[in-house]
Amino acid sequence: MSGLEVEGIHVRVNEELVLKGVTLRVPNSSVVVLMGPNGSGKSTLAYAVMGHPRYRVEKGRILLDGDDVTGLKPEERALRGLFLAFQSPPTVESVRVGTLIREALARRGFPFSESEAIALLERVGLNRSYLPRGVHDGFSGGERKRLELAQALILKPRFVVMDEPDSGLDVEGVKLLASEVAGLAESGAAVLVITHNPRTAEILAPDRVAVLVSGRIVAEGGLELVREIGERGYEVVAG
Amino acid sequence: MSWRPIPGEVAVEAPPIKPKLELKGRISRSLVEEISRAKGEPEWMLRLRLRSLELFEKLPTPSWLTGVEELDLEELAHYVHPDFERAASWEDLPEPIRAVYEKLGLPEAERKALAGLAAQLESETVYLSFRKYLEGRGVILMDMGEAVQRYPDLVKRYFMRLFPPSDHKFAALHGALWSGGVFLYVPEGVELEAPIEAFFFVASDLLSQFEHSIIVAGDRSSVHFIEGCAAPMLRRYSFHDGMVEVYVGEGARAKFTTLQNWSRNIINFNNKRALLERGGSIEWVEIALGSKVTYTYPSVILRGEGAKASIYSLTFARAGDWKDTGAKVLHLAPRTSSEVVSKSVSVEGGVSVYRGLVRVAEGAKGSIASVKCESLVLDRESRAYTYPRNEVEEAEATVVHEASVGRLSDDVLFYLRSRGLREPDARKLVVLGYVGDFIDRLKDSMSGLFLEYYAVLKRVLETEFEEMGGYG
Repeated sequence: MSGLEVEGIHVRVNEELVLKGVTLRVPNSSVVVLMGPNGSGKSTLAYAVMGHPRYRVEKGRILLDGDDVTGLKPEERALRGLFLAFQSPPTVESVRVGTLIREALARRGFPFSESEAIALLERVGLNRSYLPRGVHDGFSGGERKRLELAQALILKPRFVVMDEPDSGLDVEGVKLLASEVAGLAESGAAVLVITHNPRTAEILAPDRVAVLVSGRIVAEGGLELVREIGERGYEVVAG
Repeated sequence: MSWRPIPGEVAVEAPPIKPKLELKGRISRSLVEEISRAKGEPEWMLRLRLRSLELFEKLPTPSWLTGVEELDLEELAHYVHPDFERAASWEDLPEPIRAVYEKLGLPEAERKALAGLAAQLESETVYLSFRKYLEGRGVILMDMGEAVQRYPDLVKRYFMRLFPPSDHKFAALHGALWSGGVFLYVPEGVELEAPIEAFFFVASDLLSQFEHSIIVAGDRSSVHFIEGCAAPMLRRYSFHDGMVEVYVGEGARAKFTTLQNWSRNIINFNNKRALLERGGSIEWVEIALGSKVTYTYPSVILRGEGAKASIYSLTFARAGDWKDTGAKVLHLAPRTSSEVVSKSVSVEGGVSVYRGLVRVAEGAKGSIASVKCESLVLDRESRAYTYPRNEVEEAEATVVHEASVGRLSDDVLFYLRSRGLREPDARKLVVLGYVGDFIDRLKDSMSGLFLEYYAVLKRVLETEFEEMGGYG
């Protein structure tokens, strides 16, 4: 299958086994929403897919368009087209937004166009004044999410994982997010959006919904699953 | 440009030095007398040396000194006079010595960007030249030993008046054993449009170098003095205990830029102080790239109303390094202002220390002082310490202090790697960004002729920091 695939992964963080055999498929040109309560392992999945060294995959595989990338470094995964929009991106005050974008584009062999970068920043509600600022330095929660989204648009990834991209955004921001997520999928990307907000899930109108509870996928389906969670909670869905 | 004015240990090898005179061993009255005799000094200078010696013997070694355990003053050569005479043109230097300076890029730097240049090798100034037209405007640029003989009354007014030997044990040691350095006198109203550089080179193992430089900027004059230091990698170590005194007259403007790039087995003490009269200003830039151990704290005394000081320092500490730097500012008059910006980078277990003092005396109304010290620590083994002290005796004064220690965390590294950067490139990006901000600040203060020098400085810094940031 082409797209992003997670095959039965067990992930340990420090001493704790957080993911206990998670399998998830995100085909190209589609949007999958992953929902789950706090502590279910959603962010662990995002970090493990991106290759964070502290998130050890003990079993299972991660595939990008059928290629096993489980043993690859984060930067190698990134250069194969994987992008992670962080839930809580760190502040890197000494690196300017413009510099990061230019360097990231250069690694992919793409030219840097300041006007294009500014246009994309503006599209997500930021502007040219953000380019000379330190990465996320002094940014509000919403601005952080917008900059993560802007990078996803600028770097043109083929596999996108977004970890709670809606938190800190107002309703208009979530609508903008939904529109850009749809655009990414239309351009052929496999997009996995992690959220615990049923309202966001509905606005995103995903192709598929998966539910993660206690480190296991407990349900998969369509939007009706979101409504069920909204009405009856995760425990019932996990049933 | 192909030249690098201040290369590091990799770029130069020690030239063979045959001493005409070498004085080494125990620091005694007879050793001090012998140095003074060799330099043909007047009686008052000998007395200053002997008084300094007495103080050296009495004063305690500061209890907080660290990293100097191997320093054994008795095994060092305290005065080494190379066996050739001072030259005013590069052709007159012995070939191997000239080759070293060419490799250091000094002749080209002089030609392209400087109004004058003095080069010291071991204990003596071996080269000194400056633009002839400046002499006609009353500017004096001279080896300090020669100035003591030729302008005794003038030198006496300034020599260790600002930084007395009683200040601390190593100031006293300096007073007893000093040799070399330059005397720069810029008369009232004279503006030097190009910088003057003094370059200090230590070529031998187990040597101590004690140059003494004095810069006098007369009222409403302006001067930019650049100080460079280099040494080849030595078998054991050498010791540097230099001193700089800067006198800034009314409405005068002085800039003092140090690019210290000693090889890593130099123990470096440096004593630097400036005195500013009404409306005078100084910009002090201290970049400490090299040496194993450094203790240096450029100090400014704002004595005249409206005097202004900026002190910018940048240090980096690698494995086994102890870089103890900082700044001291004394506001003694109304409406004086100061800005201290200190940045350090520690890596591979290196230690950076900021020690600072801002004192605003009673009556210094309307004075403003700001101190900003930032440390970047690149790994778990490295350390940064900050010891700022503010003593504010005047209620109508503003003192602002900010300190921050930034760590290059695993999360930041992972974030940058997730964008496609390899780990060494991610480190480099963080360090260059951190340093780049400082370089941009320097650029703002340099203009015209200095830009060329700045371009080289920037490249040297970037090379150093790329190497450091990209380690591992």
